[in-house]
Amino acid sequence: MKFRIFLNAVTLVAFLAVSALTQAQTVGRNPVRGGVLNVSILTEPVTLNSGIHTTMYIGEVASKVQEGLISFDADLKPVPALATKWEVAPDGKTIAFDLRKGVKWHDGRDFTAADVAFTLKEVWQKIHPFGKAAFANVDRVEVPDPHRIVLHLSAPAPYLLNYINAYGAPVLPKHLYEGTDIVNNPYNAKPVGTGPFVFREWVKGSHIRLERNPGYWQEGRPYLDGILFRFIPDAAARAVVLQSGEVDVSVGSALPATSLAQFRDKSRYSFNLIDGNYLATIAFAQFNVNEKRLSDKRVRQAIAHAIDREALLKVVYLGYGKVATGPIPSSVTKYYSPDTRQYPLDLKRAAQLLDEAGYRADAGGRRFGLRLVIAAGQTQYTRTAEFIKQSLAKIGIDVELQTLDYATSLRRVFTEWDYDIFVSSMHRLPDPTLGVQRIFWTQNIRKGVPWTNTGYSNPKLDALMEQAAREPDETKRKAQIKEWQQIVQEDVPILELIEPVWITVSTARFRKLALQGDGLFSSWADAWLEPGKK
Amino acid sequence: MTQTRISAVFRFLRRRLWQVVPVVFGIALLNFLILQLAPGDVVDVLAGEAGAATPEYMARLRADFGLDKPVPVQFLHYIQHTALLDLGFSFRQNMPVLQLILERLPATLALMTAAMGIAVISGLILGVLSARHVHRAADRVISIFVLVTYALPTFWLGLMAIVLFSARLGWLPSSGMTDISVELTGFAYLRDLAKHTVLPALTLATFYLAVYTRLVRTAMLEYFGADFIRTARAKGATEARITLFHALRNALLPLMTMLGLQLGSILSGAVLVESVFSWPGLGRLAFESVLARDFNLLLGILLFSSVMVTVLNICVDVVYAFLDPRIEF
Repeated sequence: MKFRIFLNAVTLVAFLAVSALTQAQTVGRNPVRGGVLNVSILTEPVTLNSGIHTTMYIGEVASKVQEGLISFDADLKPVPALATKWEVAPDGKTIAFDLRKGVKWHDGRDFTAADVAFTLKEVWQKIHPFGKAAFANVDRVEVPDPHRIVLHLSAPAPYLLNYINAYGAPVLPKHLYEGTDIVNNPYNAKPVGTGPFVFREWVKGSHIRLERNPGYWQEGRPYLDGILFRFIPDAAARAVVLQSGEVDVSVGSALPATSLAQFRDKSRYSFNLIDGNYLATIAFAQFNVNEKRLSDKRVRQAIAHAIDREALLKVVYLGYGKVATGPIPSSVTKYYSPDTRQYPLDLKRAAQLLDEAGYRADAGGRRFGLRLVIAAGQTQYTRTAEFIKQSLAKIGIDVELQTLDYATSLRRVFTEWDYDIFVSSMHRLPDPTLGVQRIFWTQNIRKGVPWTNTGYSNPKLDALMEQAAREPDETKRKAQIKEWQQIVQEDVPILELIEPVWITVSTARFRKLALQGDGLFSSWADAWLEPGKK
Repeated sequence: MTQTRISAVFRFLRRRLWQVVPVVFGIALLNFLILQLAPGDVVDVLAGEAGAATPEYMARLRADFGLDKPVPVQFLHYIQHTALLDLGFSFRQNMPVLQLILERLPATLALMTAAMGIAVISGLILGVLSARHVHRAADRVISIFVLVTYALPTFWLGLMAIVLFSARLGWLPSSGMTDISVELTGFAYLRDLAKHTVLPALTLATFYLAVYTRLVRTAMLEYFGADFIRTARAKGATEARITLFHALRNALLPLMTMLGLQLGSILSGAVLVESVFSWPGLGRLAFESVLARDFNLLLGILLFSSVMVTVLNICVDVVYAFLDPRIEF
């Protein structure tokens, strides 16, 4: 045991050292103008408007064209984008934004507060999958002059400023969307934004081409002449194009952890592991609390004690990530608390909990069987599921793996509630009210809707979460969210497994002035290609 | 070919083209009914990928897409539109289905013609060589070679080809159909297209090559012992003439039959190769539409392929007539 702790410490130190080094590598000085950047992403997006659809692949492309009011720095602190300044009233009930002057849409029209007001009312509040919750408290919008917008809230919404970047709340041009069917507007596939790159073409099944916006509001930027997003469906082929230099950046873990070893040469490649911090993803095993055995929290706790997540991190994730300690990931530094009930590997304790719950082992050591559902196509889910099956066999639980295609898995879990354990991952977003509350909130038990709560209900937790959602006092809010984590970790309706990192691998040619915690959705206005390197 | 024979072929064509209509209609019907059995719909997938949704939004999308109507009503709609040759709209891709198919069709046809061309021509050459040197070293080497290429999984072969020719040697591009970083026209474009086609076409050809080689070899061996070959020899024909004009022409018949059957896979059979080489073809489009439950698109592709397959089969039947004067219609 001691040796293992020592080993973990060594891995951790090595890991930190490596990430510090490689991050320093992507960041450069003295940008150079020119060149087209070739990028590969995991999947071809279905549309190019993050305002109506929050799939991350859409955001990875659209964030170069569309912009939000703010952006985030490496520590996820808000920095100006389309808004230059913002004030929150002491009671938290008004938020005022000063908008940047002289910004033009790609079609030449002026960007004004009317665009923001329109997008807020018609898109973020009505259509955007997370926006509906994020902007729920916004009652009234006031536009005192074309470059100022004031939001009047029914209750404080402290989470807003943690969310509204180009992915969470992109501003759309009112003149192209007003009075149209927004979801089916043709501009969703050929976006007009204010960002550093202008949409040029989208050849389905092949690539998306963006070009420099010559009138971009940041003087002298962008440095790149354009960006080519290429869709390469095969993971091994994606690795080859990076090696052959046909592609310079592979974003959003488009390369599986298992193929990263070939990019270890630091003079040729660099890794960036903080780009996805904003998404704050956690991989989990969700229990169907309607199932008789799993409705007993002792059974859920026993399962938690039987899975060695340190080993899972090493074996399945090859160390790219951290062991999750609760529902809020450690990258959400403001609210994260590990001071909760933890479930270290302890087979004796697990057996004891199962005995207490009345599930004694038979002569063969077997207690009962469970079905574990995963969606096909993602290697790390398959391997995590296999890992859990092996782990639970040791405490007499027989796991049957059910690998279903994506649509079928969603139906089985969220519409039919016909599963015992579901292994997947979910973005927790930079604020718990937006990304975490929905998982545990009784009001979010909605059969038929993906990623909703499938039956867990705790009135005390509900009250606490609702309080935290409108608490303007930061200290009090932190305390509430800490208690929230403690309750969830005691009940374990979901076993949080790993906080995987979203890995960006790039060649040494790719440079940026600064890293961002929402780097997946960076505008890349500050990115360039270093000449003379291959 | 005589005048009467040509008019017989035309009569045959007229009859067969009429038969296409009920066949394609029957296929469309079956497609629709079978797809109803798949759990989940396009709205589930869209909401699932977005990571969040509200019941109202999902209901709105289902109403927009016509998925809230009872299945018989949806079916009537589908049949009506199909009868008018309207393939509908892909809500996932936000594009008319026909446009999506036509955009991908050139890529598919280019890849499949190249692959089939390579497979048929080299299959013929290897098959004839094998038959001429039966049970000798050349025959053995060819047999082992085609067996190995057939047994290797195409995606693996494709990946290895990419690793060797693109990553290591840098001779050929690894992905895509053309170089998208430059705009080429005319001869330069064709050259670029050819360079991109070499690896995927060769990879795909290995799958068919073995079958054609073996077919030609067997047929040739059978004919080498036939009476009419002995007659040809007796009248003093050269071995080359006997091989190419007497035996091979007959051996082409089973090859054509097999080719006709396999043409069916032209539009959908290359999913793996298309994925490995990022080839923007129809196979991948069909595969992705299954996963995304984009049934308008999938039904469109299936209908389109069924028309193509039936038409191509008729073409093969006509080619028989040219190859073998004994065949009657």
